[in-house]
Amino acid sequence: MTLASMARKYEPRKPVQGDKVATSAMIASLAAEGYDTVSAPFGHALVDLARKDERIVGLTADLGRYTDLHILAEAMPDRFYQMGMAEQLLMSAAAGLAREGFLPFATTYAVFASRRAYDFIAMAIAEENLPVRIACALPGLTTGYGPSHQATEDLAIFRGLPNMTIIDPCDADDIRGMVPQIAAHDGPVYTRLLRGKVPTVLTRHKPDYRFRLGKAQMIREGRDVLVVASGIMTMRALDAAAVLAADNIDVAVLHVPTIKPLDTATILEEAGRGGRLVVTAENHSVNGGLGEAVARVLLTNAVTPAFRMIGLPDEFLEAGALPTLHDMYGLSVAKVAEQIRGWL
Amino acid sequence: MENLRPRNLRASNVSLAMRAWNIRRKALLMGEVQGQGYIGQALGIADVLAASYFHALEYRPEDPEWEGRDRFYLSIGHYAIALYAVLMEAGILPEDELQTYGMDDSRMPMSGMASYTPGMEITGGSLGHGLGIAVGAAMGLKRKKSPALVYNLMSDGELGEGSTWEAAMSAVQHGLDNLVCLVDFNDQQADGRTTDALARVPEEAKWAAFGWHAQRVDGNDLEAVVAALDAARNLAGARPRVIIFDTTMCKGVDFLEKREITHFVRVEADEWAKALAVLEKGKPS
Repeated sequence: MTLASMARKYEPRKPVQGDKVATSAMIASLAAEGYDTVSAPFGHALVDLARKDERIVGLTADLGRYTDLHILAEAMPDRFYQMGMAEQLLMSAAAGLAREGFLPFATTYAVFASRRAYDFIAMAIAEENLPVRIACALPGLTTGYGPSHQATEDLAIFRGLPNMTIIDPCDADDIRGMVPQIAAHDGPVYTRLLRGKVPTVLTRHKPDYRFRLGKAQMIREGRDVLVVASGIMTMRALDAAAVLAADNIDVAVLHVPTIKPLDTATILEEAGRGGRLVVTAENHSVNGGLGEAVARVLLTNAVTPAFRMIGLPDEFLEAGALPTLHDMYGLSVAKVAEQIRGWL
Repeated sequence: MENLRPRNLRASNVSLAMRAWNIRRKALLMGEVQGQGYIGQALGIADVLAASYFHALEYRPEDPEWEGRDRFYLSIGHYAIALYAVLMEAGILPEDELQTYGMDDSRMPMSGMASYTPGMEITGGSLGHGLGIAVGAAMGLKRKKSPALVYNLMSDGELGEGSTWEAAMSAVQHGLDNLVCLVDFNDQQADGRTTDALARVPEEAKWAAFGWHAQRVDGNDLEAVVAALDAARNLAGARPRVIIFDTTMCKGVDFLEKREITHFVRVEADEWAKALAVLEKGKPS
């Protein structure tokens, strides 16, 4: 018997004619045309910090090279622990090191931290408010490998966890700025991670931009639309704003890299100005992420602008080439611009 | 670092048997306060706790977070009643708080949590967590060149958790000779016998195959418990150590021992006093 959900695997396909679009590598390089890139910003920022603070240690569950923690492992092998392919252990051991006065950075993929190791993060780390920093690559839809590697609900999972600070960085500027700030934070932190060659986006649009933990910052002003975005969707929103400007649609972009605690004051101030469509944009399911968090802040404060959400659907996503998938699910620059235009 | 660890810290005329008896009595008194509690486990593990806190462990009762202390992790949160008893016996918790057990605003909640109780190192209860945290703590103590040991007390049921074996492999990988795992093998978990669930292969053979120094002794024979703890502490070689203690649920209260044993032993309201009376008859001289 073939389950209905399995039926399509028996439909033969034909080779693609014309330009081939290959499935992106496991560690997808984001389409970020026109931006300079920085190599392994997380790994280098962590090494810089570790040289100043001997409490810093790094742990990974067989994904050092894929979370840029290999930079620390190579520069300071004595500060690096390879925990093997064991994510529950990774989080427990990080908790144990934190108990003994160290500042552990534990890295894996976002799917494995949020799904497999959740109980260990919840009880061994968050319940005791231990200073463990969990940095996870492949956030949201940043790989074409399908749901096993696409962390489309990690923010929703961790938003439900008391004590947890949550960060969704946009680019290399955010990552370099964030590492020392989360190390200094008193409590556990979950941050999404971009690794490999990471674009520099925010300082190009706003040269004096500096990441500030817990703060949302206006990157671009605009009269018609306010996009409230996090992570790579801030980059998409900025690029879409440039596209829409050609149509005389003036789009403001508020970048919210700290998902929890949310900078409600800035969000209320910007959304409360009136006259602008408010659109949230996140590389995450529309369930339980930035969009719903912003909606709650607005509604419970009686700020009720026209409001729309850009995010991933409540589905297990397809496998395929990343540009195709970003187009399919509305995260590409063209689709972001198209959606906003359609709502005006 | 040797000055961190005076070995004669608890020179005392009180015998370990008396300590174990006191632990059992305190646990029964707490059970009476609430009319419930994991008394079967507490009575079963009392000898191991007595030998741990009055023979093996280094600590300072007046300073539960003294840096030089041996860490004692209670992975099994529901054994809290037993740990509270030994913490009181050791002078880490004041005895006059016994009557607050499980009450609102008590420092002794029904399941052990690090933020509530002096001497409670970790938050247990979600099973299979303690050994992994102990691995991280043992790594941290090595980084600090501390001579302190980490003891992790876990249940036989936790041997079914995959995370336990992730940690077991890791302890060997990292040469954690400062880690001692204590397993209470009472062959009882929530739905029945542990050996009927996931522990069919002999445990000591499993641990040895994973690279641990493994001992299995009668956990209600104080001399055997002390000898095993000594052997674990004094062992040469960069291996973690495990001691599997075969224990008898409800040990020391014969009418409860004979009762059909379950994970949560029911004790009727009038039986607490009876149990205390039975225990009194077996008081060590």
